[in-house]
Amino acid sequence: MHTSDTALGKNTSLVRLYGLELEVERRGRGQPLLVLYGEEALELDAPVLVELAKKYELIIPSPPGFGASERPDWIESPDDIAYIYLDLAQSLGLHAVPTIGFSFGGWLALEMATKDASFCAKLVLVDPYGVKIGGPTDRDIVDPWNIHPTKAAGLKWFEPEKGKRDFGAMPEHELTIVARNNESFARFCWDPCLHNPKLMRRLHRVRVPTLFVWGEHDGIVSPDYGKAFSRKIPQAKFAIVGQAGHYPHLEQPTEFLTLVQDFLV
Amino acid sequence: MDVWHFTEMPYPHLPPLDTLSTMRVTLPSRHYDPKIGADLYNRYLDEYMIADDLGFHHMVNEHHQTATCLDVAAPLSAAILARQTRKGRICILGNPVANRGDPLRIAEEMAMIDCISRGRLDVGFVRGVPYEIFAANTNPTQTVERLWEGIDLAVKAWTSHDEPFNFEGRFTRRRLVNLWPRPYQSPHPPVWITGSSDFDSIKKAAGRGYVFATFLQPHEKVRALFDAYRSAYLDQGLPGGGGTAFMPLVFTGESEEAAEAGARELIWYMTAKTEPQFRNPPGYVPVELNVKALQGAFSGRTDAMRAMGLEFQREQGVVMYGTPDQVAKQVRRFYDRVGGFDHLLVMQQAGFLDHARTVRSMTLFAKEVLPQIKDLARTRPNNAKGAAE
Repeated sequence: MHTSDTALGKNTSLVRLYGLELEVERRGRGQPLLVLYGEEALELDAPVLVELAKKYELIIPSPPGFGASERPDWIESPDDIAYIYLDLAQSLGLHAVPTIGFSFGGWLALEMATKDASFCAKLVLVDPYGVKIGGPTDRDIVDPWNIHPTKAAGLKWFEPEKGKRDFGAMPEHELTIVARNNESFARFCWDPCLHNPKLMRRLHRVRVPTLFVWGEHDGIVSPDYGKAFSRKIPQAKFAIVGQAGHYPHLEQPTEFLTLVQDFLV
Repeated sequence: MDVWHFTEMPYPHLPPLDTLSTMRVTLPSRHYDPKIGADLYNRYLDEYMIADDLGFHHMVNEHHQTATCLDVAAPLSAAILARQTRKGRICILGNPVANRGDPLRIAEEMAMIDCISRGRLDVGFVRGVPYEIFAANTNPTQTVERLWEGIDLAVKAWTSHDEPFNFEGRFTRRRLVNLWPRPYQSPHPPVWITGSSDFDSIKKAAGRGYVFATFLQPHEKVRALFDAYRSAYLDQGLPGGGGTAFMPLVFTGESEEAAEAGARELIWYMTAKTEPQFRNPPGYVPVELNVKALQGAFSGRTDAMRAMGLEFQREQGVVMYGTPDQVAKQVRRFYDRVGGFDHLLVMQQAGFLDHARTVRSMTLFAKEVLPQIKDLARTRPNNAKGAAE
């Protein structure tokens, strides 16, 4: 299968890897930049990637169960996905490339980098999940599956209106991807809820320059959580973006791009 | 036709429902008064004792973190009935094996109850309704797989008598499975499963000779489900033979007016509110249905049914009520419409329906309806191959 979306300069292919088929999109020209998108895949249509594609060749894989990637039953966690992504990076010849991970994608980037960081030159993590900082009754990460959808939107977005999606206007094949992405996100992240209890004890292994970017009003994972998270990685930087929730790159793309491009130079 | 008495053991003494956003999952237990709860538990168990004298079999179930059902451990209520009743069979419908996560503990409990009751136990297994996922914290995307691995393991444990076996499955791992006691019934108690749309599970049930049960569904839907069950064992050559079961809400009154008043109390059950995020956790239904949900076309069958009103619900067979003759007629009509079935599970108590009226309705049913329906034949084949036999 081979499709292309010329308007965005998208080029999507299916890569077969040890019996598993993964969707990988390439977009733009320049030095490779690995992009690990978030659980809602909102980045794929966002201006932020259009801008980055002017300077970089974006390599955008879809995790198992997302996009057109297969999801065999044995893959059950971000830890499992990390091994697959490391294999993928190797097969694509990605070595020491800058990497950006958004939300769930940021968690995946850390699962990879704590195992073998050679794929990665610098790491940008945007409001990631992945670790548990507090005790058993502390709610470090608000459980998005437990709360009313309207309230969830208010926690994710500084301006919830920006997060509204007109599903009624979407064609069925796109809705199928949305529904399948939702299901796969729950398959991998339901329990433990949005974290891997082992990951925090492995973060010292991330020895590449790392930048955390955090929305000041993120109601799912707070800036305090983000700061505590970032302190577990040696020399990691932490930047706050105002007037933004869980998706600072979507709510404040200009400020976000400045931060990222300065860091990646 | 076998008839089984059922109450979900509700706790209806709540603040006005329009002041609550949900009756399930997150309703604080400050709304539960233990003294009222104690009275309710004992009252509902008394009603099962009365049902036993009246000639009903018994069905119990369990739910968690909800005012709609105080029975949080069906094996406990079934164990009480095993000791205190004498005649009726006792069906747990069912054990939420996907959510409990320990099929062998369930197998042990069932074997013990089967022995105490001297073989009166029917063992149902259920996948669990969507909101149960949150109380159990089961991954919502693999409940069907957990259900079937659990059932198959429990049955293997019941039927292995010569030496321990090891089991290293996807969800359960045990090194020495060696069940004590073994069930009273041989090779094991009848097994039931429930379903509302999953044809693959219906086929599995038929293939293993299990009873297939469905609750509170309109007759055309029930017909489709029962046809699928029958066709699985007739046309596909699977063993089958377990039979089919249906549950409506049932109120039998001396007059039409009294019956309608009773039915209006029973449908309290359908007013049980749940916040939207608890109704359809991701992966609980297949992607195709979630596409429809995103398009706004799928909001759950209970909501749709509630909106249509009592008269419609009676026409559909979801609520059966009237004088004894009218109720008998409704049961027989439903039987004909769905191609026959084997077990009528009568939910004769729900909401605020009090003890005296519940017992009056049960008694009328037992004395005047039961004789009119008990001879309805076990289901006959109604498809091409079956008709030729």
